[in-house]
Amino acid sequence: MVLASDIQVAQNIGFGIIALMMILAGVGVIASRNVVHAALSLVVVMAGAAAQYVLLSAEFVAVTQVLVYIGAVMVLFLFGVMLTRAQLGKDADLNNKNAVIAAPVALLLFGVMAYALIDGFADDKIAATTGAGAQPQDTAAISDLIFKPYLLPFWALSFVLLAAVIGAIVLARKD
Amino acid sequence: MLINQFLLLGALLFCMGVYGVLTRKNAVMVLLSIELILNSVNINLLAFDAMNGGSDGNVFALYIIAVAAAEVGVGLAMVLLIYRNRKSISLDDLSEMKG
Repeated sequence: MVLASDIQVAQNIGFGIIALMMILAGVGVIASRNVVHAALSLVVVMAGAAAQYVLLSAEFVAVTQVLVYIGAVMVLFLFGVMLTRAQLGKDADLNNKNAVIAAPVALLLFGVMAYALIDGFADDKIAATTGAGAQPQDTAAISDLIFKPYLLPFWALSFVLLAAVIGAIVLARKD
Repeated sequence: MLINQFLLLGALLFCMGVYGVLTRKNAVMVLLSIELILNSVNINLLAFDAMNGGSDGNVFALYIIAVAAAEVGVGLAMVLLIYRNRKSISLDDLSEMKG
């Protein structure tokens, strides 16, 4: 039986608006003829993803998404666009001739994934994230997980980041 | 909320990213499309995490964000190097490895 409190009208309306925004901005990323416009569309997608994380009661990841992606990665991208002097205006030479193959591949992939998802998770619900019975994500629980069972991957990730930073400097320096 | 609405949104963004990777000629645009793919995976991880009620998915999502930051740093450094050597970042011109 579906109770009125299970439907979560407000969250669903919020999800719909944000999802529509993300899809439109995603089309902007893959279809824009202007590199800077595509990068700014990606900012909208990432902000929408952060909002979806809040809907999924993952506040810490949402804040990290805003700080790392919108704050750092996008600035890096805009610097990359400027330094490679890709034309800041329209650029007709942005796509190759693979669109004829790529469009069916992407559509087929989406069709298969959508079929599998609808078949597999038909009406499975996410536990209520607000109101009675809600279980807010505990940031302390995330840190307990990172520093106890996932400590070794955390170390490995630290080395990956260190290697990436050193590698990026070695690659990009002038002499 | 149904879990499928999040999973389908993730699938749609993933396929958009795949299309972008396949069609773009500009190396920076390919990196932008890869970011789209990584974001869609994060949405999936957090949706399953909310369904199963642990915190493990959050940890995986945080690790993916960190790996993506490293990937963008190295990727843009490589693009910069290619641009400096060839005055072009068109991926179709990079064919030395072709047999």
